Amino acid sequence: MFTNYIFYFLSILALYSGVMVLLSKKPIHSVLYLTMTFFAIGGHYILLNAQFLAIVHIIVYAGAIMVLFLFTVMLLNLNKEDSSPKHIWVKAAAIIAGFMLGMILIGVFRGYDLQIVQQPMESQIGLVKQLGRVLYKDYMLPFEVSSILFLTAMVGAVLLGKKEQI
Amino acid sequence: MTALSSIPISHYLILCSLLFCIGVVGVLIKRNALLILMSVELMINSINLLLAAFSAYSNDPAGQIFVFFIMVVAAAEVAIGLAIIVLIYKTTGSIDIDVLNKLKW
Repeated sequence: MFTNYIFYFLSILALYSGVMVLLSKKPIHSVLYLTMTFFAIGGHYILLNAQFLAIVHIIVYAGAIMVLFLFTVMLLNLNKEDSSPKHIWVKAAAIIAGFMLGMILIGVFRGYDLQIVQQPMESQIGLVKQLGRVLYKDYMLPFEVSSILFLTAMVGAVLLGKKEQI
Repeated sequence: MTALSSIPISHYLILCSLLFCIGVVGVLIKRNALLILMSVELMINSINLLLAAFSAYSNDPAGQIFVFFIMVVAAAEVAIGLAIIVLIYKTTGSIDIDVLNKLKW
């Protein structure tokens, strides 16, 4: 029963801070609320007993990506309110479209029930040992290719951020 | 055993759909390119959580490996995307996406 309360608490926290990302006037508040959402999702990973994913998620998202966003907001001095907000009709149409998409998705998924093979709290697949074995045995080639992707992204980011004209 | 199984998978489905829709609305209503990128991150995270949930419920490690690779691609995407945003700011002096209409016609 206790896990249920944690689940609902984390869900409400994630949804609340997700909505506040959109409602905040200043970009820096949006970034901080997004960090809160990421921490709530990390809590969900721990609840699913996916410890490796929880650690990687906190390190990559809360540690690296949000720091990049914060640096960009602060370095470019973007922390001012939206000077020319979109027309109210565009906003209303966007909110109605998102609401209808949500209704359709919930209507499709409601009542869906997976034949549960494993209780998530008791599954051992999310542990670092198990996942590392799978990663280095079955997914060796994609793992190495992703390192090349990272190298390309790093070279691209440095090239784009250089001072002199390319 | 019964207490642990009381979170059905459909609750994860509903939570992730709602998070995904928040991301979609964010992409539609914001004009700041940085906030649009953040909304895309929110959508990616909702999909990641759903993949991890299905992987844990069906005892298949492949789903969690996919989440790991999606995180890799998302990190690379954010690095490049933010570099492009900085470049746009240097060239045009703002990151309003309505300024970027040179390729429109």
